[in-house]
Amino acid sequence: MKLNRENKLLIGLCTAAGILIIKLFGIQIVEDKYKLSAENNTMVYSTIYPTRGIIHDRNGNILVGNRVAYDLMVTPKEVEEFDTLALAEVLDVTPEAIKEKMDEFYRNRRRIGYQSVVMFKQLPPETYMKFAEVAYRFPGFRGQARSIREYPFNAGGNLLGYVSEVNSNYLAKHPDEYKAGDYAGMTGIEAAREKELRGEKGYNIWLRNSRNKIESRYQDGELDKEAVPGDDITTTIDATLQNYGQMLMNNKVGSLIAIEPSTGEILTMVSSPGIDVDMLANFGEHYNEILANPYKPMFNRTVQAPYPPGSVFKLVNGLIGLEEGVFTPSTTYPCSMGYHFGRSKLGCHEHKSPVNFEESIMMSCNAYYCYVLRGILENPKYEFIDDALDTWRRYVMSFGFGQKLGSDFPSELGGFIPDSKYYNRYYRKGGWKATTVISLSIGQGEIGCTPLHLANLCATIANRGHYYIPHIIKDSENVTIDPKYKERHYTLVDTTHFPKVIGGMYRAVNSGFGSGGTASIAAVEGLDICGKTGTAQNPHGHDHSVFICFAPRDNPKIAVAAYVENGGFGASYAAPIASLLTEMYLNGEIKDDRKALEKRMLEANLLDRVKVRK
Amino acid sequence: MRDLGGHRGRGLAKTIDWKLVICYLLLILIGWANIYAAVQADEPASIFDWSCRSGKQFIWILTSFGLATFILFALNPRVYEGLSTPIYIFTLGLLVAVIFLGIEVKGSRSWFEFGPVRFQPAEISKISTSLMLAAVMSRLGYKIGRVRDFIVTALIILVPMGIIVLQSETGSALVYVGFIFMLYREGLSGWFIFIAGMAILLFILTLTASPFVAILVMAGVGSLCMCLYSGRIKWWMIIGVPLITLMAFVPMILDKAVEAAEDAVVAEMVTEEGASTAEVASVAEENVEEDAEVPFIARVKPLYILLIALGILLPVAAYFSFREMNMFSQLALVAMVGGIMLVFSADFIFNKVLQDHQRKRIEVLLGMKEDPAGVGYNVNQSKIAIGSGGMFGKGYLNGTQTTFGFVPEQSTDFIFCTIGEEWGFFGCTLVILLYVFLIWRIIKNAERSREAFTRIYGYCVACCIFMHLFINIGMTIGLMPVIGIPLPLVSYGGSSLWAFTILIFIFIALDRNERKYF
Repeated sequence: MKLNRENKLLIGLCTAAGILIIKLFGIQIVEDKYKLSAENNTMVYSTIYPTRGIIHDRNGNILVGNRVAYDLMVTPKEVEEFDTLALAEVLDVTPEAIKEKMDEFYRNRRRIGYQSVVMFKQLPPETYMKFAEVAYRFPGFRGQARSIREYPFNAGGNLLGYVSEVNSNYLAKHPDEYKAGDYAGMTGIEAAREKELRGEKGYNIWLRNSRNKIESRYQDGELDKEAVPGDDITTTIDATLQNYGQMLMNNKVGSLIAIEPSTGEILTMVSSPGIDVDMLANFGEHYNEILANPYKPMFNRTVQAPYPPGSVFKLVNGLIGLEEGVFTPSTTYPCSMGYHFGRSKLGCHEHKSPVNFEESIMMSCNAYYCYVLRGILENPKYEFIDDALDTWRRYVMSFGFGQKLGSDFPSELGGFIPDSKYYNRYYRKGGWKATTVISLSIGQGEIGCTPLHLANLCATIANRGHYYIPHIIKDSENVTIDPKYKERHYTLVDTTHFPKVIGGMYRAVNSGFGSGGTASIAAVEGLDICGKTGTAQNPHGHDHSVFICFAPRDNPKIAVAAYVENGGFGASYAAPIASLLTEMYLNGEIKDDRKALEKRMLEANLLDRVKVRK
Repeated sequence: MRDLGGHRGRGLAKTIDWKLVICYLLLILIGWANIYAAVQADEPASIFDWSCRSGKQFIWILTSFGLATFILFALNPRVYEGLSTPIYIFTLGLLVAVIFLGIEVKGSRSWFEFGPVRFQPAEISKISTSLMLAAVMSRLGYKIGRVRDFIVTALIILVPMGIIVLQSETGSALVYVGFIFMLYREGLSGWFIFIAGMAILLFILTLTASPFVAILVMAGVGSLCMCLYSGRIKWWMIIGVPLITLMAFVPMILDKAVEAAEDAVVAEMVTEEGASTAEVASVAEENVEEDAEVPFIARVKPLYILLIALGILLPVAAYFSFREMNMFSQLALVAMVGGIMLVFSADFIFNKVLQDHQRKRIEVLLGMKEDPAGVGYNVNQSKIAIGSGGMFGKGYLNGTQTTFGFVPEQSTDFIFCTIGEEWGFFGCTLVILLYVFLIWRIIKNAERSREAFTRIYGYCVACCIFMHLFINIGMTIGLMPVIGIPLPLVSYGGSSLWAFTILIFIFIALDRNERKYF
C-alpha cells in the first residue's frame, strides 16, 4: 500500500475510531466505578429506622419509652380523585390543610415522581385506626408506623432531653454517622447516651425498573439489613423523686439536685421552668413556642447557670481556714451587725456575739468568715497576697468548683473562681488586698458556680472529704460507665476537719426555732438533716434562696442542693424544698406536721418576681 | 431515469452504491430505535406515535427517503456544479438572516421557526460550502499552493464559519475545521495540520501546566522539525537535547538557589547579632518577605530564563535561515514566534474570548475543575450510562440511566448514551465501525472518481461526517468538551437528518453518474 495522502487520511480515520473504541473499552469494560454509580441510580434503599433504647430509672421504672405513631404517607402519582371532606373528617384536620398539602405536592410533582411523601406526621393510633377502616376509599394514601418517644413520668425535658430530626449543622458535625431524615438525641440524657440509644439503621433494597417504578426486592432481600434496636440504659435518677422535685419547683425559677453521696449518682435533677415532657415527643412542633418562653426553659440551669453560691460557700472557706491553720474550731470572733474594715462594713444579721466555728455555721455569721478569709489571705506563710489567693483557689478547686466536674451530663459549664491574675488585671498588681475581695468570704463577688457544684459540695461534706463525680448513667447490661465515676476525689482539706463543719450544719437545722439556727424550718424528726442556708445577693431584684443539706448525719443517703432564684432568704424556699425532697426520699412520705409546708411550697409561685425580657 | 434521449449506461441496480445506502439505512434505523428507547419512559407510547419524538423522527425519516429519491432520480447530477455558487450565496443570506429573524434556543440564534417546524440554516450551510468548495477547487488550473487560490478557498470556509460563530453555535462552526483534511488531500501542506495540532496542544499545556512548559515543548518540537528538515539531526542531538533537558531542570535549580540564598541571609544575621536562632529565623523570614533587599535570585522566574535563552537563540537561527534562504526554517521561526504569542494570549483567550459555559466545559474536560453536579453533570451521567452498559449492554429498552432522565439531551446530542447503555461495548463498536465504513467507502468512491468535483465533494462529506462523529462521541465519553452537535443520522432532529441525507445522497448521485458511464 502506498503511503499517499488518501491512505494517510484513512489511517488517521482508523486511528481516531481506535481512540474512541479504546476509551469506550476503558469505561465500559475496564472501570467499575461507572457501573457502581449506575447501580446507585437504580437501586432504591428504603431505610428501616430502629427503635431507640429505653431509658430506665434506678428502680427499673421506665423514664422514656417508645410508642407507635403513624405518619400518613401519600404517593401523589397514585392518588385519584377523592373526597377531601371525608378524609379531613377522618384525620381530624381541616379540608384546607389537605388541599394545601396536595397543591404543594403537585407543585413538586417532578421532584417527587413515584415516591411517597409524608403528609401528616405522628397521627395517634386512634386516628390512624379510623383512617385504616376507610383507607380503600383513598388510593395513594397509606400509614407508616413509626416509633416515637413516650414519657410515663414528668421527669423534666432538660434532664431527659429531646430527640429530633438532624439538621444541617448536626450533619456537618457527624458527617459519616447520620443522614438527613435520621433522628438524634439533642440534649440531656438522649444526647449523653446517643451512641447506645440510637441503635443501627437497617435497609431494604428495591429495584427500580426503567420507568422509575419500584419493581422487586433486590436479590430477594438477601442483602437487606435488619434494623438493630438501640440499647436500653439505666439512669441513676429516681423517677418518683424526680417527679416530686419537678412538682416542688413548679412555678419557680431555679434548680434542685439530689446526689447519693456514697456513689455520686444523681437522684434528681430539676431545672425549672423546664420543658414539659408532653412537648418533648413532638419537639419540632413546639420548638418556637419553647424558644419564645421568656423564662428560657431550654436553658438547663442545673449545669449551665453560674450563680454566686452565697453563704453556703462559708463551709468551704471554713474548711480551708482550718486546714491552713489560721484559726481553730474554738476560735471566736465578734460580730456587731457585720464586719467593719476601715470605713466600710460587710453587714450581718442580728445574732449573739462572739461565736465559735460551729455557731458561725449554725447562725451563718458573715463577720466570722471575713476574719477567716483575712486569715487565709494575710497568712504570713505567703509573702504576697497573690500566692495566698492562688493557694485558696487551689483548695476551692479541689472541691470541684471553677471547672467542669466531668459529669456525663452534656453541656456542663465550669463556673468561675478568681485567681490573682484576675485581680491583678482588674486592680493592677499590688493594688488589692484581703478587704478588697472580702465578699469572697461569704460566697459573693467574683464567684460563679452551678447548682451541680453546690450539690457536689454537699456530697463532699456528707462523705467527710471526698466526692464521686456526679453522674446520671448507671452500669447496666449493655452499658458500662467510665471508671472515673467510681473513683474517690479527695479535697485538699484533711478529712479530720469535716466533722466540725457537719456539727455546725446539724445545729443549723436541728437547734429548734429561736436558737438562732438559720434552717430550723428544714428539720424533720428522726432524719438528722444537716444543712446550710445561703442568701445570694441579687442586685436585680429579690435575693436568691440557696440551701444545701444531706441526711442522715451518719452514712448519708442523700445530698441535696436547692437554688431558687428570687426566693429571698435561704430558709424561705430553698430550705423547705430541699428538706421536703430529702424527707420524701428517706421516708417515702411527708409527715403530717409538714403537710402545710409542703402545700405552701407546691403552690408557691415566684415567677412574677423574676425579671424577664418579654 | 430511463434510457431516453441517448442516455445509455448501466442500470440502477449496478450504478447506485448499495453498500453506502444500506449503511445509511442501518444508521437511521439504529437512531430511530434508540430515540424511542430514550423517550419511551417519559412518554410511553408506540414508536410511531406522532406526539413523541420517535414518531416525529419517523416522519423525518420518511421525508428524508423522499428527498433521497428526489436527489437520485429527479435531479441531474450535473446541475450541482453550476448551482453551487447561487446555493452558497443563498445559504450565506439565510445564515445572516437567522441572526436577526431566528428564535433563540439555549442562548444561540440559529433556528428558523415555521409553525411547528424548526430548522437550522447551519445544517444546510455544510452542504452549500461543500458544493462551493468542490466547484471552486475543481476548476481547471486551480492550485492550492497559489496564494490567490488558497485565500479564496479559505474564505469559502471561514465566512460561513464566522457567521455561525456569531450565532453562538461554536460547535457547528468547529465542524468546518474538518475541511482541513480535504484540503490536505488536495495538496495543502501537512504542516498546516501539524501547526493546528501544535496550537491546540500549546493551548492545553498553557492552561493545565504552565507557560514555561508550553514554550519549552514548543521549542523542542520546533527545533526538531527545523533540524529534521535541513538534515541536521546530529546538531539537534548535540545542542538541542542537552539544552532542553537543562531548561527542564531550571525551575528546580532555581528553587534550590532561592532557598540557599535565604538561608545565607539568615545565617548572616545570626552571626551579626548573635541572638537565638529561632528568634532571628522568624525575623529573617519576615525580612525576606518585606524587605526590598530580596535576594536577586528569588525574583528570577524560570520563564524569564527560558525567554532570554530563546531571545538569543531565535535571532541566531533566523540569521542562519536567511543566509541559507531556507524558506522552511523561516516559516518555522515565524510559527514559533506565533506560538509564543499564543501561549501568552492563552489566558486572555480563555478568560475573555470564550464564553462562560464554554470555559467551564473546557475546564471540566481538562480536569482543572471537578464539577460532577454542575457543568460536569452531563458528561459524568453520560459516562455512567455508557459505562454501565458493559460488554453487551442491558438490552433494548432496559437501560435505566438514559430512560430515567439522568442523562440530559438524551435523544439528541447524547443519543450515544442510550446505545452505550443498552447495547454495550459491542453495540458501540458496531456503530463506530458502521461510521468508519461509511466514511471509508465515501473516500474510496471519491478517490475512484474521475471528476475532481465529485472527489472534492466526497472528501467534504467524509470530513463533515467524521467531525460530527468524533466530536459527538468524544463528548459523550469525556474525550472532548461538551459541544452540542448531533450524531449524524442517529440523533433526533429533522434539520440534521435532512442535511446529512442530502449531503450523502448528492454524493451517491454524483458517484452513480460516474458509474453509469465508466
